Amino acid sequence: MRRDAWIARLTPHRAALASLFLLVFPLFMPFKAIAVNILIQGLFALGFNLLYGYLGLLSFGHAALLGGGAYACGIVIVRFGMPWWIGIASGTLAGMLVAAAIGALAIRTRGIYFAMVTLALAQCLYFVAYQAVDWTGGENGLRGVNVAGISLLGVHLDIVRPLVRYYFVAAFVIAALFVLSRILASPFGAAMEAIRENETRARACGYDIAASRWLAFVLSGGFCGLAGALQAIHLGIVPVETLYYTTSGLAVMMTLLGGMGTFFGPFIGAGVFLLLEEVVSLWTVHWQLLVGAVFVACVLFFPRGLWGTLLAGHAR
Amino acid sequence: MNADLILQTENLGKRFGRFVALRGVSAGFRAGNLTAIIGPNGAGKSTYFNLISGAIAPSGGRILFEGADITGTPQHRFAQLGIAKSYQITSVFPQLSVLENVRVALQALVSRYDVWRPRARLKALRDEAGELLHMVGLWPRHDRPAALLAHGEQRSLEIAVALASHPRLLLLDEPTAGMSPEETRDMMGLIVRLAQQRTVILVEHKMKLVMGICDRLLVLHHGELLAEGTPDDIRRNDDVRRVYLGQREH
Repeated sequence: MRRDAWIARLTPHRAALASLFLLVFPLFMPFKAIAVNILIQGLFALGFNLLYGYLGLLSFGHAALLGGGAYACGIVIVRFGMPWWIGIASGTLAGMLVAAAIGALAIRTRGIYFAMVTLALAQCLYFVAYQAVDWTGGENGLRGVNVAGISLLGVHLDIVRPLVRYYFVAAFVIAALFVLSRILASPFGAAMEAIRENETRARACGYDIAASRWLAFVLSGGFCGLAGALQAIHLGIVPVETLYYTTSGLAVMMTLLGGMGTFFGPFIGAGVFLLLEEVVSLWTVHWQLLVGAVFVACVLFFPRGLWGTLLAGHAR
Repeated sequence: MNADLILQTENLGKRFGRFVALRGVSAGFRAGNLTAIIGPNGAGKSTYFNLISGAIAPSGGRILFEGADITGTPQHRFAQLGIAKSYQITSVFPQLSVLENVRVALQALVSRYDVWRPRARLKALRDEAGELLHMVGLWPRHDRPAALLAHGEQRSLEIAVALASHPRLLLLDEPTAGMSPEETRDMMGLIVRLAQQRTVILVEHKMKLVMGICDRLLVLHHGELLAEGTPDDIRRNDDVRRVYLGQREH
């Protein structure tokens, strides 16, 4: 009971605590480039977790939200020569728009059908991006998303330097954490909990399940779109694989690894996954085999995920 | 149009494939009354209940609430119309606290899509949820998860959740199903109290239980309306005695 009391006391400060961790993280993290990836993939998983962990909707089409954000940001910068901040705003907005469109078509289905419809629609977007070479660069990806220098309120940020780049990305991720915390504490957050707990009863109480799911999908799209935009700027290129279904699978894996329905779990999941990939791929090309085994072991022995298990204090 | 009737069904029918569960039931429920729908197993009680509570769509006929046709209205609109229900199988939010169960139900009427303001800001909801819990006798348990309540307590909680939408019509599906004798007695007392302030329609399998407390009864048999009237009318009705009371005398 004491652990629960502590968690209850710390919950209102979850965004601040998570931010604090992200701020000191690169100081004891040897691979700075991976630290940035962890931020971005963690944010992607956070958006996925909003839908899956907090509402119970398993989407297999989140690649479309990440990729939509990445391409929107890249196209605005490369094709229209816009500044970086318009790229990030466009990416976030694009994530929400793609989510609004996919959501409108998919929310009336449930369970495995919802997963399949989202997967199919996301794959449609992948093939569109693959074909629209003039806009997206097709197979070669959208190259040249170069944001060399960033001027902010008169201060010049040299984001080629890894640590500067990390804190530049972290600023957006931390803002997203505070927004998510606020959404979860809002009346709509309460409605999501109620719908996840008992959809029939929530409907009888007067909640419109379809409309609530759609709204959650759009919010999820905002986080994933932002992650996509940051990824485009970080990598300097938008690979077409960003939209491929394996990217959606990545969000599922990272979230389950970290702990679905937990506030910070997605970042733990992203960290564990990316570090495993980095370390294991150093000594074998079959790194996916080992990462897969770790994933299976986690699902079997820590069904709450690593972070979720830590919070609960026991595995089941 | 009879102004005294809060709910009417006109020739209401339901078929599942080739099976006819309910054949054209026309009945009216008076405002302010406690009405019980009774009948032997398989009489169509639950089907009728699910139709008037909007859980399933009828195959034919109409449902009128306060004179307006509500046939085919989506379920989530019922709470706003002023109709609430409890289910035969207890239906609450198990992992949420008892207080949050009622609070989130109250919230459904005032704020469904606000993603920004803190929910704690809606303080009136918390206070009202507390009052409802006092009313059904669950306040001492308000901070426990609903899943940890005893069966009878969960049923009371479900009624508090249903009352949260300020219903003018409360529908209860076998509210005492699976309860101990003491729990049943408490629940019946609660229902009588609730019926003093609003219209209540309940489905009950055990006829004896409701005879003493309800104003009117509706008897269903083989998916048809067999009889309707006061408890005394029903007791004297030969058809009812034959199919329902008579069963026990053999």
